[in-house]
Amino acid sequence: MLKRFKRRYLALQLDSEGLPSRKEFIDAVWGAITKLYGEQGASQTSLVLIDYDLEKKTAILRTSLITLDLVRASLATITSIASKEAALHITAVSGTIKALRKKLGNGKSTAQGN
Amino acid sequence: MQGCGVVAMKRIFADLHLRVNVKDSAGMLRVLSKVAALGYDLVGVSLAAETCAEEVERLRGVCAELGLDFVSRVDLRPRGSANLIRQLRRLRRKFEVVCVSCESKAIARQAAKDRRVDLLSFPLLDFRRRFFDRAEAELAHGGVAGLEVDVKPLLVLEGPARVRLLSYLRGEVAIAKSFGVPIVVSSGVSRELMLRKPREMAALGFLFGLDEVYGLDAVSRIPVTLVKRNREKLSDGFVAPGIRLVKEERDC
Repeated sequence: MLKRFKRRYLALQLDSEGLPSRKEFIDAVWGAITKLYGEQGASQTSLVLIDYDLEKKTAILRTSLITLDLVRASLATITSIASKEAALHITAVSGTIKALRKKLGNGKSTAQGN
Repeated sequence: MQGCGVVAMKRIFADLHLRVNVKDSAGMLRVLSKVAALGYDLVGVSLAAETCAEEVERLRGVCAELGLDFVSRVDLRPRGSANLIRQLRRLRRKFEVVCVSCESKAIARQAAKDRRVDLLSFPLLDFRRRFFDRAEAELAHGGVAGLEVDVKPLLVLEGPARVRLLSYLRGEVAIAKSFGVPIVVSSGVSRELMLRKPREMAALGFLFGLDEVYGLDAVSRIPVTLVKRNREKLSDGFVAPGIRLVKEERDC
């Protein structure tokens, strides 16, 4: 029997001088992953941008559990988005989007998010 | 948690290497505020060797207002091993953390075996002068020095330079782990947008072979233990490891 595909949802806080569009944001994330792990590595992440709030500068990404460390490392290497200096910080990680929103709603960041 | 009588221990996170210009108060405050906001508890600022005690106390006060524990640090760039010994004699008791930039093999070897040295750092781009090999690790294990890895070059470098740096770091980390040399992961940055959360620093450690637990230790337990040990040594009652002066009387 096939093993269940486990996912992780990451809440991100964008720290940037500019206001990148949704496309610029996800391009930067894919760019960082492909730079570090190549296209083969990036293909294993199953990365999807679930939500992107330009006003609050927050985003929610979905990735597979087995590549969580890889995605974390890649996100940490992002220093610019759309030629503007930027940093991405993970504020929370959860197994379901509902739990993630609950964590964010409570204003808590998990120990993982630290 | 309360019901089963287990208390969750919160990690104390430390970044022992901030390169801020202490003369630029506004810039320094911005960086330190960001450090506090990112969840660090302990922060080490690289200071010039001639920094006076009043300046150190002023910085300590600024950090305390932000909820940070300030650690004074000096980065030594000696011309030779004799010069290193002289600088250590002069500066060891002035700073809580002493890091030596090892520009030559002789300096690297001397720094590794000298128990007054806390951290060893190596040139980031000149790979032929990264002297952290097995002999260096053995000496460092005999002393107390740890290997410091700054994450800044991993953020600013791209392409072959970063590939090469990661390759060297992976080798050095493997050697350090096999000889039990502590590894400290620091930021080494001067601007707030280059700062990363402790867990993100640990994630960057994953790139050069640190697993999740060791990565977190490299930004929490290891640097905190180092600072604690040095503070004890610098305190008034310290005699030798494990021996403290409790009471002093004339007739004793």
